[in-house]
Amino acid sequence: MTSELVKLTAAAMADALTAREVSARELTQAHLDRTAAVDGAVHSYLHVDAEGALAAADVVDAARAQGRDLHRLAGVPIAVKDVMATAGLPTTCGSRILEGWVPPYDATLVSRIKAAGMPILGKTNMDEFAMGSSTEHSAYGPSHNPWDLERIPGGSGGGSSSVIASFQAPLAIGTDTGGSIRQPAAVTGTCGTKPTYGGVSRYGLVALASSLDQAGPCARTVLDTALLHEVIAGHDPLDSTSIDAPVPACVTAAQRADVRGMRIGIVRELTGEGFQAGVQQRFDEAVAHLVDAGAEVVEVSCASFTYALAAYYLILPSEASSNLAKFDAMRYGLRVWPEGLEDASAEQVMAATRDAGFGDEVKRRIILGTYALSSGYYDAYYGSAQKARRLIADDFAKAFQSADVLVSPTAPTTAFQLGDKLDDPMAMYLNDIATIPANLAGVPGMSLPSGLAPEDGLPTGFQILAPAMADERLYAVGSALEARLTAAWGGQLLDRAPALPTSEVAR
Amino acid sequence: MSTTTSTDAILGWDETLAAYEPVMGLEVHVELGTATKMFCGCPTTFGADPNTQVCPVCLGLPGALPVVNEKGVESAIRIGLALNCEIAPWCRFARKNYFYPDMPKNFQTSQYDEPIAFGGHLDVELEDGTVYRVEIERAHMEEDTGKSLHVGGATGRIHGATHSLVDYNRAGIPLIEIVTKPMFGAGERAPEIARAYVATLRDLLRALDVSDVKMEQGSMRCDVNVSLRPKGTEKLGTRTETKNVNSLRSVERAVRYEMQRHAAVLASGGSIVQETRHWHEDTGLTTAGRIKSDAEDYRYFPEPDLVPVAPTEEAVEALRASLPEPPAQRRKRLQAAYGFSDLEMRDAINAGLLDLIEETVAAGASASAARKWWSGEIARRANGEGVDVPTYAAQLAVTPAQVAELEGLVTSGRLNDAMARQVWEGVLAGEGSPTQVADARGLQLVRDSGALEAAVDAVIAANPDVAQKIREGKVQAVGALIGQVMREMRGQGDAAAAREVIMARLGS
Ligand SMILES: [Zn+2]
Repeated sequence: MTSELVKLTAAAMADALTAREVSARELTQAHLDRTAAVDGAVHSYLHVDAEGALAAADVVDAARAQGRDLHRLAGVPIAVKDVMATAGLPTTCGSRILEGWVPPYDATLVSRIKAAGMPILGKTNMDEFAMGSSTEHSAYGPSHNPWDLERIPGGSGGGSSSVIASFQAPLAIGTDTGGSIRQPAAVTGTCGTKPTYGGVSRYGLVALASSLDQAGPCARTVLDTALLHEVIAGHDPLDSTSIDAPVPACVTAAQRADVRGMRIGIVRELTGEGFQAGVQQRFDEAVAHLVDAGAEVVEVSCASFTYALAAYYLILPSEASSNLAKFDAMRYGLRVWPEGLEDASAEQVMAATRDAGFGDEVKRRIILGTYALSSGYYDAYYGSAQKARRLIADDFAKAFQSADVLVSPTAPTTAFQLGDKLDDPMAMYLNDIATIPANLAGVPGMSLPSGLAPEDGLPTGFQILAPAMADERLYAVGSALEARLTAAWGGQLLDRAPALPTSEVAR
Repeated sequence: MSTTTSTDAILGWDETLAAYEPVMGLEVHVELGTATKMFCGCPTTFGADPNTQVCPVCLGLPGALPVVNEKGVESAIRIGLALNCEIAPWCRFARKNYFYPDMPKNFQTSQYDEPIAFGGHLDVELEDGTVYRVEIERAHMEEDTGKSLHVGGATGRIHGATHSLVDYNRAGIPLIEIVTKPMFGAGERAPEIARAYVATLRDLLRALDVSDVKMEQGSMRCDVNVSLRPKGTEKLGTRTETKNVNSLRSVERAVRYEMQRHAAVLASGGSIVQETRHWHEDTGLTTAGRIKSDAEDYRYFPEPDLVPVAPTEEAVEALRASLPEPPAQRRKRLQAAYGFSDLEMRDAINAGLLDLIEETVAAGASASAARKWWSGEIARRANGEGVDVPTYAAQLAVTPAQVAELEGLVTSGRLNDAMARQVWEGVLAGEGSPTQVADARGLQLVRDSGALEAAVDAVIAANPDVAQKIREGKVQAVGALIGQVMREMRGQGDAAAAREVIMARLGS
């Protein structure tokens, strides 16, 4: 029973709960059991909250027994990336500097998850402060790709992608600053959406780069992703950059799965050269499926996208250098006394703590950002990057005049080997080449599986981008494509993933 | 950090003025009196227990985000308008990045090159009536930091302390920083102008009701920039920024001291170090603080967690229409209307009585009576309690309407002054309104002329000598008889009527 339960989609779990074929406690326990069995190998979680999750499940079961009106996803468990503040649960952001910190408050989206009655199973692993594309920059060790444990699960949200791909949770929360939801989805054969900037509250999301960060849903199907999207989206007065407008009708769009007459724009700058052959092949096939489903294909050019990576690696470190300044040992988290200094000043304690508490990648970006914001360099670096950002937004606007959505492969390659790019930051950064433009322009993007690359048998991702606040288009296109692909595959892509080694399980 | 306490040399005042011309600039920080902080909903009450008025936002906890206090923006715009500034139709907050333990985020949310208000002026009237126009560079919004308390050292300062305690109640309280343009041509009046500017600004802010502007509590803080250049030269000298100048008198003294200190350095061939100086109220001296080099770099950039502030023209005009009359103009108008002498007017202003007098007049009393009550009987009682009159009035819930009512009882002839004081005591004791107290205590001037005449006759008979003097024309002696008549009538007599009867009897 347990192994079948965890393989259901979130929508199917919700139906089973509503029909009282299974209780929220049973469903939650099944996932906890799965975690006990496989997470030793996958390492998706930094913290599992069995007690809290079961208590939340019991509340839902009791409410259901009383016949109360419940949210459709009530009782469906979820995993949350460790960058979201959760009251009473450790929140480390994958960093030593926050080891042991327990927030006194919930992020807005966590409150919404709790209000919907979704038990929170635990907090998922990530690159330190979401800086990375592999989880290898987590201070607590990397997560592993369920398709091949020697490979990366993507990053920074590799904990959230692998937790879903290994059936430890049907749903998870990710955050996407330059692709941290979409690239992990692509390399693990799962789905994930970066909503429109401002579509989901950032209150309680520990900021990496405030103007780029966006939390979003991760799941195994397009519909499940849409269901979670609608739970967490919507205006929040606690986030000034939150958009005060109705939530896009993602679920309806996913259910209709209608692309007839839609113009699908292929971005010339995001295909072809630099993309792995099998990735490109699966992308081309996916486009053919959409044409078959009634969409029209147009080619668009976004010349400024060639500046995206450079602009991103100036804006992100600049904002990060300021956002991460608060980690100074004065109020919470790690405090390291400088060696041999009995009479240390506050500044010396700050320096010693930051030296010990931050990893190399974080330090690299703080130094970059500090430099880019320095007077005399500001115009050349931060200023120019902002100009490039405007050009990219303009290119998007132009492209969306001739296309309803834009598409590209999500990542240039399939999952690489752990350790492969650890010593080559530039190679690591290039992995986000296709996902970064959406963050710079604030538009929504989704990744869903497009198949397995013939050369290595690993998942490839298909990216869809839409205009701001037209997130529902992602789901219309994604769902139509998913329907055709799963028909062609004869089931979910994840059904083809190898069985994971399991440790001894109690039940 | 230099901790030297040795006294710097200063040049004589006249010698300083003979050789140098001062250029001043003043930066005033004002804590706004909003109910909540600038970027969160925490209360701003002064004097609460440490770290009781804090939340994830103002503690800078990971993940927390700021939201702009609309009231704070409104106050900033009103201040800008009152200072004759232009209001930016679109401006942003910026992060000022530097590490300091009492700053929770290690950046201060402030404004940089896009202030909400800019390009204004404030006319400052000096004691002799001269008006000096102070040009305002800008007024911008920012948040206050927390407060550090250094424990274990002898001085209460960080040097020598064993540990520090930080109170974040103040962190995030809205501040407006008002910066003047360099002030030229002040010459020997520079200290006086600096003081008058801060005083005028304080009155203006008080009239706007945007801050309690208490310099001693730090809700208004002043930084004084001073530089000197040899007379007749153009090039600006190196300036110092004296911090922590927290009274009007200190502003004046600090400017004068820094001018004389600069002059001594320059006259001896030395050069001024660009630095912050700390003002010491007790000694009247400044000591060296942080050296300000060009390398100091706050890495300002637009605050990405906040959206731009973009007040509509209609909103700005509505705020302009709601501005109170400028204090200087109001004083001139009231003085003319009330017929107060300059001295009476200055005393009333200094004692904070103007609003009370104005309200008392509005409630029906004459201006002179209103002034007499507030600066006389009530001020005497307030002094006895060791508080100023407005505080006293607020504490005892004494209202201008009560004063006007009491005065009405006197002018209508029901009470004399002595009886009015008795009634006042009853009012303060909570016995009711002045009329109720007078009724309850049976206080009423005796109108029965028979009783008055009998009392006058008795007093004249008992004081033949005095009566004779009055007959002989020594009219001032009548006071003694009136007093006795009043005693005879147990205070219920009408002194004016008694005087008339006595004079009639004694035939002068
Ligand atoms: Zn607060």
